[in-house]
Amino acid sequence: MEKVKLFGTWSSPFVKRIVWALNLKNIEHEVIYEDLANKSPELLKYNPIHKKVPVLVHNEISICESLVILQYIDETWKNTCPLLPKDPLDRAKERFWARFGDEEVLPSFFGYVMKKGKDQEEAKETTLAHLKRIEQLLSEKKFLSGESFGFLDIAFGWLAEYSHPLEVVAGLKLLDEDSFPNLCAWKDRFLEIPAIKESWPDQETLIAKFQESKDGSGK
Amino acid sequence: MAKESEIKLLGTIASSYVNRVQFALNLKSINYEYIEEDLANKSKLLFTSNPVYKRVPVLIHGDKSICESQVILEYLDDIQPDSHPLLPPAPLDRANCRFWASYIDTKFFPLYDEMRRTRRQAGKEAIKEQMIEATRLLEEALIKSSNGKAYFGGDEIGFLDVMLGSCIRWMKFIDDLNDFDTFDEVRVPELGKWAKNISSHEALKSATPDKETLDVFFAGANAHRPPYDD
Repeated sequence: MEKVKLFGTWSSPFVKRIVWALNLKNIEHEVIYEDLANKSPELLKYNPIHKKVPVLVHNEISICESLVILQYIDETWKNTCPLLPKDPLDRAKERFWARFGDEEVLPSFFGYVMKKGKDQEEAKETTLAHLKRIEQLLSEKKFLSGESFGFLDIAFGWLAEYSHPLEVVAGLKLLDEDSFPNLCAWKDRFLEIPAIKESWPDQETLIAKFQESKDGSGK
Repeated sequence: MAKESEIKLLGTIASSYVNRVQFALNLKSINYEYIEEDLANKSKLLFTSNPVYKRVPVLIHGDKSICESQVILEYLDDIQPDSHPLLPPAPLDRANCRFWASYIDTKFFPLYDEMRRTRRQAGKEAIKEQMIEATRLLEEALIKSSNGKAYFGGDEIGFLDVMLGSCIRWMKFIDDLNDFDTFDEVRVPELGKWAKNISSHEALKSATPDKETLDVFFAGANAHRPPYDD
């Protein structure tokens, strides 16, 4: 049997997307929870350059960077629940938007929650502009990947799972149904996918975690 | 093979990211029409084909556009898999390529713009230390992935050769202004040899801007994203 280990934290959105992919493809795996303030020698061995989670270890070989890991999982276990589409243009679109999500949308959303004052106002405007783009992507589509969910939905899954806890901590609603009807409908659909639903942690725990980070950041 | 009018590349000749795509198109013998963008006066075509980032390179294939150089490289592999494939076939090797590609674009290449914008010597020395560390890691990566052959891709130029090879000229330009040699053959013998070798490959040579072009680009960068205040 192939040995699959995932190094991560229970609250990281980058780790979560790997858990989803492994569950969707029915890949048996072991999750090793890291304390990022006290990283294990194993994590440092498997990710010496970035020293971050997630790290996937497959038969003792490590793969780092969550979008790289997702594509590795898709290409290795390709017969169950393929994530990336077959058409080259669709693949390019999903790769582009996944990077945009990680480089722009996620940081601004999380930044908006964690910041205060003028910085928070600016982050809010940026986040809303980004969300409008994703809203547009979903026009006439059930999922970001089309009729059924795929790579891009997994890449943006953090938005479905983390938006409510983050909004509670920020004390404001970003993803409201009047401004973002497509996104809100997509969010509900995504969270109903069985493998996603079963991996869904307790929202109260996520809220407590993010509140703690915000209070601790002192910015 | 794609028809010439079917594929267009929007770019600026000085940009390493644009050179990267040109390098790949040349390797794959894909005919294309090149359209030079004036970054100080961006065209309507650029705004409509890359509304998110409004930057080059943009590959236009028929009526569709593909943005971001690494995404374009993978797209070219997907549409022309048999003509000089860039990514290797095995998932683990592909993951290795993507990991280092991300490293090059997020950790290594940005150091050169940092260097350009940093005026204080202490700051510059700190950046040089980071460049030394990055090249140390890439030297190891090259030794591991080349398996004793000439390129990251082995016998043939591969994905990482294109990703990093296209950066060499700009790195050298910044090096020359800062008394540094990124690809010093004493410090990083394999990487140094690799850089010399790949720079002379026809597919990259014809996608490498000349010094005058880079001087203009440098002046533009200083105007548009000026050096930091001390």
